[in-house]
Amino acid sequence: MQPFSYQRADTVKTAVAAVAGRPAARFIAGGTNLLDLMKLGIERPEHLVDIGRLPLDRIEPTGEGGLRVGAQVRNSDLAADPTVRSRYPALSQALLAGASGQIRNKASTGGNLLQRTRCPYFYDRNMPCNKREPGAGCAALRGFNRMHAVIGTSQACIAVHPSDMAVAMAVLDATVETVSPGGETRSIPIGDLYRLPGTTPHQETVLAHGEMITGVTLPPPPAGRQTYRKVRDRASYAFALVSVAAIIEVSGNRVRTARVALGGVAPKPWRALETESRLAGAALTDHVLTDAAEAAMAGAVGHGGNDFKIPLGKRTVRYTLASVAEQA
Amino acid sequence: MTDKAQRHTTSGGGSFTGKPVDRVDGPIKVTGTATYAYEVAEGPPPAFGFVLGAGIAKGRILEIETGLAERTPGVLHVMTHLNAPPQPEFGPAVTPAVREVFTRARPVLRDNRIRYYDEPIALVVGETFEAARAAAALIKVRYEEAAGDFGLEERRQAAYAPQRTNAGFDTDSAVGDFDAAFSEAAVRIDMTYRTPYQHHNPMEPHATLAIWQGDDVTIHTSAQTLSNFRAGLAATLGVPLERVRVISRYIGGGFGSKLIVHADSVLAALAARILGRPVKVALTRQQMFANAGHRAEMLQNVRLGASPDGKLLALGHDVWSATSRIEEFCEQTAVFARSLYAAPSRLTRHRLVPVDLNRGEWMRSPGEAPGMLALECAMDELAERLGLDPIELRIRNEPDLDPERGVPFSTRNLVACMQEGARRFGWERRRSEPGRLREGRKLVGLGMAAAIRPNYMGAAAASVRIDAEGRVTARLDMTDIGTGTYTILTQIAADALGVPLAAVTIELGDTNFPLTAGSGGSWGAASAGTALLRACEALKRKIVTAARTRTGAPAQNPGTDDVTIVAGAVRLGDRPEGLAEFMRRVAPQGLDATGSVEAGANTESYRAFSQHSYGAHFAEVSVDCDTGEIRARRLLAVIGAGRILNAKTARSQILGGMTWGLGAALMEETVLDRRYGCFVNHDLAEYHLPVNSDVPDLEVVFIEENDDKANPFGAKGLGELGVCGAGAAIANAVYNATGVRVRDFPLTLDKVLPGLATVAL
Repeated sequence: MQPFSYQRADTVKTAVAAVAGRPAARFIAGGTNLLDLMKLGIERPEHLVDIGRLPLDRIEPTGEGGLRVGAQVRNSDLAADPTVRSRYPALSQALLAGASGQIRNKASTGGNLLQRTRCPYFYDRNMPCNKREPGAGCAALRGFNRMHAVIGTSQACIAVHPSDMAVAMAVLDATVETVSPGGETRSIPIGDLYRLPGTTPHQETVLAHGEMITGVTLPPPPAGRQTYRKVRDRASYAFALVSVAAIIEVSGNRVRTARVALGGVAPKPWRALETESRLAGAALTDHVLTDAAEAAMAGAVGHGGNDFKIPLGKRTVRYTLASVAEQA
Repeated sequence: MTDKAQRHTTSGGGSFTGKPVDRVDGPIKVTGTATYAYEVAEGPPPAFGFVLGAGIAKGRILEIETGLAERTPGVLHVMTHLNAPPQPEFGPAVTPAVREVFTRARPVLRDNRIRYYDEPIALVVGETFEAARAAAALIKVRYEEAAGDFGLEERRQAAYAPQRTNAGFDTDSAVGDFDAAFSEAAVRIDMTYRTPYQHHNPMEPHATLAIWQGDDVTIHTSAQTLSNFRAGLAATLGVPLERVRVISRYIGGGFGSKLIVHADSVLAALAARILGRPVKVALTRQQMFANAGHRAEMLQNVRLGASPDGKLLALGHDVWSATSRIEEFCEQTAVFARSLYAAPSRLTRHRLVPVDLNRGEWMRSPGEAPGMLALECAMDELAERLGLDPIELRIRNEPDLDPERGVPFSTRNLVACMQEGARRFGWERRRSEPGRLREGRKLVGLGMAAAIRPNYMGAAAASVRIDAEGRVTARLDMTDIGTGTYTILTQIAADALGVPLAAVTIELGDTNFPLTAGSGGSWGAASAGTALLRACEALKRKIVTAARTRTGAPAQNPGTDDVTIVAGAVRLGDRPEGLAEFMRRVAPQGLDATGSVEAGANTESYRAFSQHSYGAHFAEVSVDCDTGEIRARRLLAVIGAGRILNAKTARSQILGGMTWGLGAALMEETVLDRRYGCFVNHDLAEYHLPVNSDVPDLEVVFIEENDDKANPFGAKGLGELGVCGAGAAIANAVYNATGVRVRDFPLTLDKVLPGLATVAL
């Protein structure tokens, strides 16, 4: 870890200005990812601006019947919030499926969104990695890529976005609120927050340097039953091989509306829009469910070690939809 | 420690051995006051070393640029092969004698050769750990890279037969005519199983504080076997043995990864001498994957030939293992198969394929841990082929004598363990046809496997002293690696001397104390315990003699029972006297005694009897129909390991072993990237071992047993027995649940999923 200076920000304004003014400055909140990366020399900030104690730790109803979650709300607190549990159960389930109790106690909402990939080659500075060192190459492409993405990848990078929370937020159509160094605020639909790797996998989001996430707004939950299903190698403290967040509204034997997002398969939380449109208005038959599940993984490309994610993704979507529909 | 132990004792006197006595070191461990090596505050303020590892797996350093690191504020010294003190050569890959593996010099930074990925190439020492680590990142290295070998399966033709396996067993064994018997058998199983690289990952990383005083060095480190550390370090540093003192009072797990000296100790000692101040060096978790031992990847071919009524006619177990090119390690993977089942024709063989990795090391239950995954799954496959219950198949092949040595068993309760386990586990619920038991979207299966593990005894000595207050202090260079050694030795001494537990203090982990065999191979309790028992018996004789001498009791009747010590009181004739009072009166200077035991391999009992611990593992698993996720639901181990010295710590050992078995069966694997020769998933987020949610209800049952051939306690080694066969029971349960037989460990969902395509829909 290279030496760095540290300041604790009192206001959003000073925090944003402090980072914007120095190219090698970074925000830090829970630090559950950034500190690890610093110890390994992958993140090398010269200055840290601690935003963990800014008054952004509230969960408040919005005028439209939704919920605004401050960027500094801890993952544990968000998962346990009564409103989240009753109206956004997929979000609560996703949070509790992530990391460990200790990490959830530290991790912030904004930091969770911005956590970096867990690709092991990204974490080893001796290995070529375009995300860490643009142009160096990708060791994962023909290496150990069992955990890697099968959708939305490029020849430059097949890393997966590791968040569970973000997958649930994607299915809930959350928007990410930010403040930029100039003081402007903007609302970014969560689907637009992340960039696909293309030829620039080191550019992971649309945020500018010094732009800070202040909160996440959840619109009123759509009608229907919500669930989050995470498939993983062990019962806790493991990243998703595949995860599915789904909200299904059923009327009689038909699906009225459906929303499906996938985790563990793409560089960002992945909305399966084709799946959603095939389900909308369709009768709940085996054929429809299978067809919708196929659509979720359409265009997916495996890289050897992660080929299994394609059938696994289909099966998980298929049976998650079936189980939600059954209970709806 | 004694004060804290007091609160946990139940009564004074009586028999403590066998009781579920709480760990005497428990309170200081859970309150964080037990001092581990890296936390020791002794001597002047220490400097902190950080190890820089090689970024290639094989080749040479052409240039190493350390100027920037040296000029970094807070950096005291940068050591590379260019300026490291002289050390002897590493020497040949195979030592002339088994013992020398433990004592040989293990030089670090000796030359510019890179022999494995992440091999230490520099040590940066700074005023703080952070300064040292930051400076290490500034070192620039230019390499000349050479191609390394890392594959196993495709290089089996390069395999060679070693001179011996680990622990000195014969490389091969053959009885009868295996080929003929196997080819003529009516029912044959011929299967190959793969087990992956695995890493120990003790909670406490390998860490050392080195302090020199003149020509003497004290090494606070995390070691299982202090005498090995001492010898290895003395040889590496080129100093006489008596100049090196090694101290390991508390150890946060070892699992075989702390039997020999590693780079942290060597580098700390070298740097501390150069700087003239204490130096601490710890390996990071990531560095431990290359620098603290591993279990090698293996392929095992098991061939079983049986008659239609389930009698084994031929038993073959062939093992191909990767081994380090620089230092051979041949895990004794097929050795247990020489003792487990009867079969007139038998063949076991070990072959090695050299790879460019650091040496493999002893990893919990070496031999049985991987070997039983193969043979005990093959037995399950054979049982199904024969239409026999897996327990019945094993009963039909229960030998009367050790099948290859031809000697009787000291005790062997394998059949009793299996039958007791079947009764307790509800084995009758198991469907012989797989994939038939279903609960909602879960497939449920039951499996079992046998357990066997040899009983060892190492040479050991102990000293014991009683002072004028009646307090007993025993000293041994034994270690407690978390197994409960402090506690059982307290129980043994208290029983032997007739004093309460609180009167006994056990001091371990210091090479200034009498030599023992340390912790390894599940032999610690028997070895150190027997030495201590003998020391206590000698001390008791001195107390009795002193009593007689002072009181004028007739010395010509030394065998009579006129003097007893019970519950901390000496009874002479009909007059009881508190031990402290007695000691003040009779021997105010205190009394001392020593005791020892020789290595079991040198004893007649060891030659005349086949000595093993046995057990039976049972597992119930669920497999998700949709995703293939496997979760263990219930595990049961029924253990026959002689007399149990402490029901609580023994149970904990078996629980830990079962959890190791669970990890090996379902998740543990270090992935070797053969392009770079590096272990890819080298941290505890990506190297999966079971977390609490993975560990289901575990039950451990000890069956009544007393092995009078083993040692004075009638106890046998059991620490590692919990691992043996546990993983196979789980793998067999997965097959029973799904009908999908995976022979490539660990059984992750991607391997099961293709087979579920038709089963589950």
